[in-house]
Amino acid sequence: MNPVNYLYLAALLFTIGAAGVLIRRNAIVVFMSVELMLNACNLSLVTFSRMHGNLDGQIVAFFTMVVAAAEVVVGLAIIVSLFRSRHSASVDDASLMKL
Amino acid sequence: MSASAVHSLWTTAAQQPVDSIPAPHIEYSQLAPMLIVVGAAVLGVLVEVVVPRKARYHSQLFLSVTALAAAFAAVVGLAATGHGTTKVQIAAMGAIAVDGPALFLQGTILLASLAAVFTFAERRLDPRAHGKHVDSFVAQAGSVPGGEGEQAAVRAGFTTTEVYPLMLFAVTGMLVFPAANDLLTLFIALEVFSLPLYLLCALARRKRLMSQEAAVKYFLLGAFSSAFLLFGIALLYGYAGSVSYARIAEVVDGSVRAIDPALAQTMGNDALLLIGGAMLLMGLLFKVGAVPFHMWTPDVYQGAPTPVTGFMAAATKVAAFGALLRLLYVVLPGLNWDWRPVLWGVAIVTMLGGAIVAITQTDIKRLLAYSSIAHAGFILAGVIALTPDGISSVLFYLAAYSFVTIGAFAVVTLVRDAGGEATHLSKWAGLGRRSPLAAAVFAVFLLAFAGIPLTSGFAGKFAVFKAAAEGGAGALVVIGVIASAIAAFFYIRVIVLMFFSEPKPEGPTVAVPSPLTMTTIAVGVAVTLALGVAPQYFLDLAGQASGFVR
Repeated sequence: MNPVNYLYLAALLFTIGAAGVLIRRNAIVVFMSVELMLNACNLSLVTFSRMHGNLDGQIVAFFTMVVAAAEVVVGLAIIVSLFRSRHSASVDDASLMKL
Repeated sequence: MSASAVHSLWTTAAQQPVDSIPAPHIEYSQLAPMLIVVGAAVLGVLVEVVVPRKARYHSQLFLSVTALAAAFAAVVGLAATGHGTTKVQIAAMGAIAVDGPALFLQGTILLASLAAVFTFAERRLDPRAHGKHVDSFVAQAGSVPGGEGEQAAVRAGFTTTEVYPLMLFAVTGMLVFPAANDLLTLFIALEVFSLPLYLLCALARRKRLMSQEAAVKYFLLGAFSSAFLLFGIALLYGYAGSVSYARIAEVVDGSVRAIDPALAQTMGNDALLLIGGAMLLMGLLFKVGAVPFHMWTPDVYQGAPTPVTGFMAAATKVAAFGALLRLLYVVLPGLNWDWRPVLWGVAIVTMLGGAIVAITQTDIKRLLAYSSIAHAGFILAGVIALTPDGISSVLFYLAAYSFVTIGAFAVVTLVRDAGGEATHLSKWAGLGRRSPLAAAVFAVFLLAFAGIPLTSGFAGKFAVFKAAAEGGAGALVVIGVIASAIAAFFYIRVIVLMFFSEPKPEGPTVAVPSPLTMTTIAVGVAVTLALGVAPQYFLDLAGQASGFVR
C-alpha cells in the first residue's frame, strides 16, 4: 500500500487534535487532544522512516512515546490539583487573570 | 509514490545480520556541564527520599549551588581550552554541538540560574508560620488551597524542597537546548526543561488558585506548541531523510551528494520543507514568547511564584533564542528568502505589540511580562541580521537581559503587604520615599529595560540594532527605536510613580531580605552597570563566540 496514505491520515489526526484543543472546554479532553496530535506525529515519523529506509524516524517515535508518558504524569498532576481546588476542570472557569 | 521507492527495510536487515552493535563514542569532558547538572538533579531526587525533612533545605541548596557553580567552571574550562573558538566540534555522535554560541549561552544560563536559586532559597520575607521559616513555595503541593490538609502541612512546617531538583532538571534541558545538533535532541531538551517549569509554576505559597491556573495554562499551551514543533520535526525528517542538522542543511541548500530514489522524491516536495520549517519555528517562537504566540506569557508570569518567574523569564529566553539561532543559521540558511520576511513581520508585531499593551497594565508582574515580549522582538531583530554580528549581538543582549530580569523580579519579591507580594502598581506609589534603596535599585533595572545609556540595556539594544541595520533590516531598526520609545514611557512612568507620588497610608513595606536575595539583586545591579559602562570586553567575548560549528 502506498505509504503516502498514512501521511494523509497523520495530517488528518493532527488537525482533529488541534481542533479539539481549540474547541473543547474540559482540560482533560484538551489534553487528550494534544496526545492525539503527538500520536499523529508518531505515525508520520514512522511512515517517513519506512519511505526513507532508515531507522531515525522510528527512534524519534520511541522517544516521543516516553515524552508523552512524562507529559501525562505532569499534566494530570496539574489538572487534578486544579480540579480539587475548583471542583471543575473547565478551562473557561480558570480566569482569575485577565487583561 | 511508486512501490519501488519504498525500501524493504526489514528484509534487507534480516539478510545481513549484525554480529555486534558498535558502542557510541561519547566525549564526556565536553559534555561535563550538562552531565554535572543532570547528575546533581538526580542526586537531589535522592536527597528528597533519604535525607530527613529538617536537613533537606540546606542539603538541596548546597547541592544546587555546588552543581551550578561546578558546571559553570566546566564551561569556563572548555572555553579557556579553545572549545568555543578553535576546537569547536560535534560531540555525542552528532547530538550535541560544542561551539562558541553553545558555551556562551550555557555560561549565561548557569550564572542566571545561580542568581535565581538564591531567590528560591529566600526564607525571611514571608512571616514565620508556626515559628518555622517559610519560602515562596507551597507547604504541600497536593493539598487543597485553604483546606484542612494545607493547614496541617503548614503547622507541621513542610516546605517544598523538590523545587531544587526540578530547577536543576530544567537547567539541564536549557543547557542542551541551544547546543542540540539534531532535531531529536532539540525536542527532548525542550520537554526536559518545559515539564519541570510547568510544575514549578503551580507551587506558589500565596495566591495558590492563580498559581495553579497559571500552571494549567502554561502546560496546555506548552504541550500544544510542542506538538506543533514535533510535527515540524516529522515533516523536516520526511523532507531530508535525517534528523541531523548538518544533513538537513545539505539537503536544503542542495549540496547533498548521495541521493537515493526516496530522497529524490521527498526533496522535490517543497511543501514538506516549508510547512515543517514553519511549524518548527512556531514551536520555538512560542518558547521565546513572540507575538502571536505570546498569549501565555502575562498569565504565567503573573501567576507563577515570583522567584520562578524570574528564573523562567531569564533562562528560558536564553535557551530558546539559542536554539532558534542555531536552527536559522545552521539548518535553514538556504531557506532565508522564505523565513526572513516571516520573522520581519513577527519581530515588528512583537516589538510594537509588547510595548503598546504594556502601557495598559496595572500589575507589575504583567507589566514585566509584556516588557519581556517587547524584548523578544528586539532580539529577533538581531536574529534576522543573518551575519556573525547578528549572532554576537544576540548573545550579548541575552546575557544582559537575563540579569536585569532576575534582579527586577527579585526586587518584586521584597515589596509586600499583608496578602504577600503587593504587585498592583497603585501600591508601588511613593515607594521611593519609604525605602529609597529598593526603589533606586528597581529604577536601575527599569532604566536598563528601557535602554538608557550606561546600563547594559543600552549596549545590548545598540549592538542588536547595529547588526540589524548592517544586515539590511534598516526599516526594522526604525520600528525598533519607535517601540523602544513607547516602552521607555511605561518604564519611566513606574519610576515617576515610585519617586514623585505620595505614599499611601496603608501601602506595602519593603521586607529586609536575607543575604541570599541581596546577593541576587547585587549581582543583577553589578552586571547591569558593568555591561553598560564597559561593554567592550563582553562584546568581544560574544564576538569570539559567534561561530557555529556545522
